[in-house]
Formats: sequence, structure tokens, C-alpha cells
Amino acid sequence: MVHTEELNVIDDAEAAKKRALKSGWSARRAMLAEFWFYFSENKGAVIGLVVFVALVLVALFAPLLAPHSPTIQNRDALLLPPFWQEGGNAAYILGTDAVGRDMLSRLIYGSRFSLFIGVIVVSVALTGGILIGLIAGFFRGWVDIVIMRVMDVILAFPSLLLALVLVAILGPGLVNAMIAIALVLQPHFVRLTRASVLSEKSKDYVVSARVAGAGPVRLMVKTILPNCLAPLIVQATLSFSTAILDAAALGFLGMGAQPPTPEWGTMLAEAREFILRAWWVVTFPGLAILVTVLAINLVGDGLRDALDPKLKRS
Amino acid sequence: MSTIIEARNLSRFYEVRRGLFAEPATVRALSEASFRVTQGTTLAVVGESGCGKSTLARLLTMIEPPSGGELVIDGKKLGATGHADLKALRKTVQIVFQDPYGSLNPRQKIGAILEEPLKINTDMPSRERREKAFDMLIKVGLRPEHYGRYPHMFSGGQRQRIAIARALMLDPKILILDEPVSALDVSIQAQILNILADLQEELGLTYIFISHDLSVVRFVADEVMVMYLGRPVEFAPVEAVFESPQHPYTVALLSATPVADPRRKRQNIKLEGELPSPINPPSGCPFHPRCRYARDKCSDIRPELTLHGQTLVACHGIEEGWIDYAAEPPPPGAALSGERAGTTPQAPDAAVRAPEPGSPV
Repeated sequence: MVHTEELNVIDDAEAAKKRALKSGWSARRAMLAEFWFYFSENKGAVIGLVVFVALVLVALFAPLLAPHSPTIQNRDALLLPPFWQEGGNAAYILGTDAVGRDMLSRLIYGSRFSLFIGVIVVSVALTGGILIGLIAGFFRGWVDIVIMRVMDVILAFPSLLLALVLVAILGPGLVNAMIAIALVLQPHFVRLTRASVLSEKSKDYVVSARVAGAGPVRLMVKTILPNCLAPLIVQATLSFSTAILDAAALGFLGMGAQPPTPEWGTMLAEAREFILRAWWVVTFPGLAILVTVLAINLVGDGLRDALDPKLKRS
Repeated sequence: MSTIIEARNLSRFYEVRRGLFAEPATVRALSEASFRVTQGTTLAVVGESGCGKSTLARLLTMIEPPSGGELVIDGKKLGATGHADLKALRKTVQIVFQDPYGSLNPRQKIGAILEEPLKINTDMPSRERREKAFDMLIKVGLRPEHYGRYPHMFSGGQRQRIAIARALMLDPKILILDEPVSALDVSIQAQILNILADLQEELGLTYIFISHDLSVVRFVADEVMVMYLGRPVEFAPVEAVFESPQHPYTVALLSATPVADPRRKRQNIKLEGELPSPINPPSGCPFHPRCRYARDKCSDIRPELTLHGQTLVACHGIEEGWIDYAAEPPPPGAALSGERAGTTPQAPDAAVRAPEPGSPV
């Protein structure tokens, strides 16, 4: 490990010299190239990225890819096994569920929900977390104390349990589940932002911006925030998968997306009673969740290695 | 020539908590500093770490308000000024930091760094801003094509030039240089100092040059202020400080400067003990626990700055004439170091000891 890092340092210096010869727009491209160099060192991250991109494409082109409608029930094809098993039908590649809906189509449409949940939850948690964290880290004093204690309280609860309570109060449903998960994930972003703001705030470039007359808003948003983004991007990626997982768990417990929504967690919940009779009804949604979460986590790890040398290989 | 900075009894105290139940302590980072700076000259502020040099810089750049005393910059009194005045003063005073690696925002391009002060303080259209940034890059010895690059693509010396360029973007009258060359190689130091000298001549700038490198100070300064434990102890024209230093601390400081002459015998006066804690400064003259000439009076009464020849000095010994460096036999090199030369048998021995280790400074 140490050895490779040393090599990286040398590479970095070389790269910096080379980059110094170029300028302007090509410098940005060189930075991207450097990022890709470090990112692609991590094979797992590249695989994760490929899977994730595939997932996004599947979600985008779901109506074209899905052989059937995800909600139409075929009364003559209840609990059909996948096509390679005896009694399977090539029209239903991954079989059908208890009311005769095509599993593959439901999984394909389900990817839309999972990505939607991830994007919305992460955006809400990230925006709120950055805002609160910036304020806490920048102003310190009692504002900081109040904010951080509230965050500690949220963190003290097991996250899924808290989300469950929130959904129980707000009422079951996908939107409420997303709000609850965003709220539960928030403290991580707040703490991360605050920590980076604290370390950046004391640096000379912030002081010199202040001497130049920059006000608090400008200092926070334009001077400090861009330098705090690397760990936040990593955390956002990792939270993306947590959000999907939590939403699936809530769905499984009947508190998330409601049937007949083809959300993966909800599909699992509906299939619970057939777990011994029809393995495919449970296995495929579970696998879909597993693969998606794994891929995003791998990408997150790769991003961390590439973006933030301080957090390297923890 | 007119006075551009005048400080009267300028002080800055910090409250520090020492634990859950302990009383908060007051750190006297700067106490009762009074001085004047003439427009177009360079005042060097020297002293060891923790003597209040950087606090002075923070007060002069209005990053922090003074706890006491008065500061008049360019005819405007600070403290009583409203917001508009403060904004005008911001344009008057700018700062260059010691560490060129920390003072430039790594996510901003050079152009953005240079234009930021203009963007905040003026309504200059973006084209003029760019023109001015180009001009300034050339003025500090860089090239216009550096405009679109990021700070990490530059060496330390180049970064320091960028920092100087940024400080000059608002056409300030006063530039605070907080150890601007101590993070650089010696060869680069000379380049930066020459640029600073050229700019001073061209733009009529006033410099406050904070440093602990006395050879650099001798090169750039017109006047020198020696500080010890938050107080100025000697204030004099540069030749006077180097030719006939008055305060025992200044003498010790000068003797610690390496000289590039192997034949010259070094008169190394070694100060005993550490810099006392500014939380609990010694009574009387702050230097007396480490001074070889200290007498009883020194630990009782704090000396004021008084004029002695060309020099303002705060020392009872100089004032009353019982310190006379010329009359003393030249100290025989290193043998003297550590000894108290027998001149001050009255000084209580306890006062010579170092203060408790680990005291926050």
C-alpha cells in the first residue's frame, strides 16, 4: 500500500510538471484525465461504474426493454418459473409472480424507482446537510452547539427504526419514505461538511478573501464550499446505496412504496409467502437490490480513492 | 512625508478556556503597542515566535478588532468607523501571507483569484478586470497566459508573486507582509524582495514587513520595531538597530543571526529559558527573567519607551545608563553563553528559571 502511494506521489509530481506546460481548457481536461487515472486503478470501481451505467440505461429505456407491462396480471400464467426450468415459458424469461405479472418487466421498471429514490433522497440530504453544516462550521458558537446536538440525537437512533417511526407518523408511501430516509441520512452530511469547513476556514486563503472584503455568504459558498466537496461526493455516493437499501427495507415492511408499485423491496414483501414454493419471486428482486447497492458502493470507494487522498484506502 | 499608520496603546487580548472548571484566562497577545509609520517606508517588525507580530498584522488588516487602544490608518480612525469606512479601509490595507501554498484557493484559477477583490469592492466591468489582472501578472513577473491556470501548477515563488499581485489589485496604500519570504528558497527570496522593492518605488507603497530573519530585515527595512511578549521594546531606524542595538533583547536577537564569514568570532548570547507565557507575563519589564543585566527595579516597574539617541527603547538599564555595551569587555565567544556574566547578582535566582513547561503560548 505504502509503496503504491509513493509511486502515486512521483506520478503526481510528473503529472503536475506536464500539466504546467498546458493551460486553460486543456488543464481541466488534464485534471479529468488524472481523476480517471486514479479511478481506473480500482478495478472494482470500474466494474461498479459499468453496472451502474447499465442500470441507468435500463431505467431510462424501461418501456422499450420490458417485454410486458409491469402491472398487467396474466391469469393463465400464475407463478410460472423462469424459462429454463420445467414448466417455464420463454415469454416470461424470469417467470411470473403470484398474480401473473412478468418478473423481468417488474424488475426493469423497479430500477426506475430505486434510482429515483436514490437521487431524490441524496439531493435532499446533501442540500440540507451542506447548508446546515456550513452554518454550523462557519459561525461556531451556540449555533454550532445546537445544530450538532440535534444531529447527535438523530444519530443516536438506529436509522431504520427512526425512518420507520417517521413513516408511521407521516403515513406509508414512497414519498414519505423518501423524506424519512433523507432526514435520517442528513446528520452524516452535516457532520462531514462541518468538519471540512472547520479545517478549511482557518487557512490563509479564507483570511485573504476576508481581507479582500468578502462577506460571510461569499466566504461560505464561494471560498470554502468548493474545497469541502470531495468527501461530500463520496458520502453522497455511499448514501445513494443506503437510501435504496432503506427504501427497500421500508417497502418490505409495508411502509414504503405500496403495491402494485414494482418497487424491489415491496416486491420482496409480496413474495414472502411463496418463498418455499417459488424461489424466483423472492430471489430476483433481492439480487437486483444486492447488485445495485454493491455497484454503487464500489463506485463510491473508487471515488474516494481518486478524489480524496486524505481518506485513501481506509 | 506624512504618517499613514498611527497606533496608540494598541492591544489585543484573547480569552482562552483552560478546562471545564478553570477560570478563563486572558492571553495578552499584543499590549500597548504605540508606533507611527511614514508613508512610502518600510517598517519591519521582528521578534521570536509568539511575540505578537502576527496579531499586529491581523489588527492592521482589520481581520480582528483591537481590544484596546487606537489605530489610525490613512487618517481614518478605526473602531469609531462605520461600515462604509471599513470598506474603504479594506482597500487601503492588504496582506501577503507567509505560506504561499495555503494562501491561494486551490479551486480557483489565478484569474479568479486576482479578480475577486475587484469583484467584491468595485463595479468594474469584467473586461477591465481581466485587463487589470493581466497587467498585474506582468508587474509581478508572471505571464498573461498564467491567468487560466490553477495554483497547484505553480512553484512556491510563483505563488508568492500571485499573492502579491492579488494584494495589489485594489491599489492599496499599505501592504502587510507577514513573513513573505520565510517559506521560500534563498535564491527565490531575493527575487521576491526585489519585486517588492520595485513595487514600493513604483506605487509608493508602505510596507509592514513582519519577519524573524534579520538579514532580510536589514535589506528591506527603513525602520525596525523589535517586539517581545506583545510589547515593542525597541523602535529605531534600521542602521541604528544594526549598528548600535540598545535593548538587551535586541542585542541577543542580533547575536543569533548567522553571519557568512567563517573568520568572524561569533558573540553568541544565549538567552536562558523560554518565552514566558503571555497569559501570565512577568511583572515589570517583560524581559527581566531572561535578561543578564536585570536589577531589582526591572522586576518591579515596567519601563516605557524613551528616546535614546535615534532609538526608542524600553529599558531601565539604557535609560539610567547602567547598561553600557561599549564599556564591557567583548564577550569571549561561546564561553559567555549561558553565563550571566556576574553583572546582576541582585536578580533573584528564581526569576531566571524557565516558566512552567507546557504553558500555552
